[in-house]
Amino acid sequence: MTAVGLAAARDPAALPRLGLAALALLLLWPGLRITEFNPAVLVDPGNAATMGRFLSQFVPPALAPDFLLLVARATIETLAIATLGTALAFIIAFPLSLMTSQSLSLSAIGPSRDAALRRALRYPWRLILIVLRAIPELVWALLFVRAVGLGPTAGVLALAITYGGMLGKVYAEIYESGSNRPARALMEGGAGRLQAYLYGLLPAALPELVSYTIYRWECAVRASVIMGFVGAGGLGQQLELSMRMLNGAEASTILITFLLLVLLADGLSALFRRMLA
Amino acid sequence: MRAAGTPMSSVADVARVAARGEAGAPALGVRALSLDHPGGRRALDAVDIAVCRGERVAIIGPSGAGKTSLLRILAVAQRPSEGALEVLGADPWALGAPARRALRRRVGLIHQAPPLPPRQRVVTAVLAGRLGAWSLARSLVSLAYPLDLAGARAALARLDLAERLFDRCDRLSGGQAQRVGIARVLYQRPEVILADEPVSSLDPALANHAVGVLVSEAIERHITLVASLHAVDLALAHFPRIIGLRDGKVLFDLPTERIEDTMLEALYAQEGFAPTQHGRALELSAQRLRGMAQ
Repeated sequence: MTAVGLAAARDPAALPRLGLAALALLLLWPGLRITEFNPAVLVDPGNAATMGRFLSQFVPPALAPDFLLLVARATIETLAIATLGTALAFIIAFPLSLMTSQSLSLSAIGPSRDAALRRALRYPWRLILIVLRAIPELVWALLFVRAVGLGPTAGVLALAITYGGMLGKVYAEIYESGSNRPARALMEGGAGRLQAYLYGLLPAALPELVSYTIYRWECAVRASVIMGFVGAGGLGQQLELSMRMLNGAEASTILITFLLLVLLADGLSALFRRMLA
Repeated sequence: MRAAGTPMSSVADVARVAARGEAGAPALGVRALSLDHPGGRRALDAVDIAVCRGERVAIIGPSGAGKTSLLRILAVAQRPSEGALEVLGADPWALGAPARRALRRRVGLIHQAPPLPPRQRVVTAVLAGRLGAWSLARSLVSLAYPLDLAGARAALARLDLAERLFDRCDRLSGGQAQRVGIARVLYQRPEVILADEPVSSLDPALANHAVGVLVSEAIERHITLVASLHAVDLALAHFPRIIGLRDGKVLFDLPTERIEDTMLEALYAQEGFAPTQHGRALELSAQRLRGMAQ
């Protein structure tokens, strides 16, 4: 092979990759400066002593029967917030994901003369998804606590809105990540968009949709804890009380409960995936 | 119906038959049809073809000649860049979206790579052929429990696949998947069957059988069949009319009897290597090939 031939045999993607890696490192540096990231403050004698005292109370966890009953009731409330919030989010997300997905476009076949217009008409729906998820659930929770009062309802509404936006966006991306040939072929044979979705897209996308939704439910459990801090009910409200009183034993019991909940979500996800395989 | 043994094939013949009346009513027609791909490459260049209802036509030509593009245009899956298109008496791209959808369900396209979702069962994939005719409610119910098991089984049985009814599509071999794709279009019962290399993954005996099934379906139901084929022997043996496509242009459009060896040589010439068929060098002898599958 000649020298020219060898030069041409070099991977043309190598240089852009190297550039991207350098860019990523360059972007991390200002991040470190802006956040004043300095792990040394953790081992500062004064801070370390306070942390140490709090953490030393974690063992053994609080196991008094009436406290456990309180935790059990808060756990059920947290699960209810997360489940209902995710279910409402699904109801918001599902139609929006169908509206925004390029994979189910009838006008893209051909493409027909109005394809550009149809494409533009999908954008407002995409914008709705962006608005829904742009505002963090914590902010929504603060708003709803003002509107509907302290309690789980505010948490459910906040989750439904933010997670509706997230689920909708990711569902649409899942549809577009797989092959859209089966759905496209069905539409080319006269099937409607929903029919093409059911028979052409869903079979391949279903496991991913289920596993992502369960992951979001797991996130909702965690989010409902955080929202509890602002008064939206559940385990978070309990944790906030225990933390404020620097009661390490109670905090420890609640954190162990979180761990068990996340383990449960993980197990559920694995179970569903196995059932679908 | 036209009498057997009187091929009417060139554009002039078609026009004459069309003038005679219903049997020759045009099913598909393109005039001065061109297609430019987004990159600027011209896939089809001023193509004129007319196909009557009930006619069976094979399209042959080297890879990249534009066979798939032409079939996709006829299937209303691709809009041509220039020229006139007529499918079952209508200009598809002048219709509104609902009418175009209604037209699409009367045309069935068999894809070279069958577009089957990997996790779907064969029965569902075959039943999906008739989605265009089904209501959404019926489609939903059939997803939970297949509503026409007998119909799906019958379509598969014609291609010797009835026993794979409840298998998943990703458990099929390439050739089996291709036959499921054919069964889906048979189940669709369209008025025009367009087949894009429908037997490219099948061994010679099965390929001959599958093309035979398509041809007999077209004859029994008096419907139109246009198939592109790599296998010249199959085209010559099963189809009364052959269109040779090369570089996006129609090189010849003739009754099978009038195909000469020199035409086939010109069609496949200058590819840098000799054309092959089923792994062996292709002997382009129209006379010999015509007799093969009969």
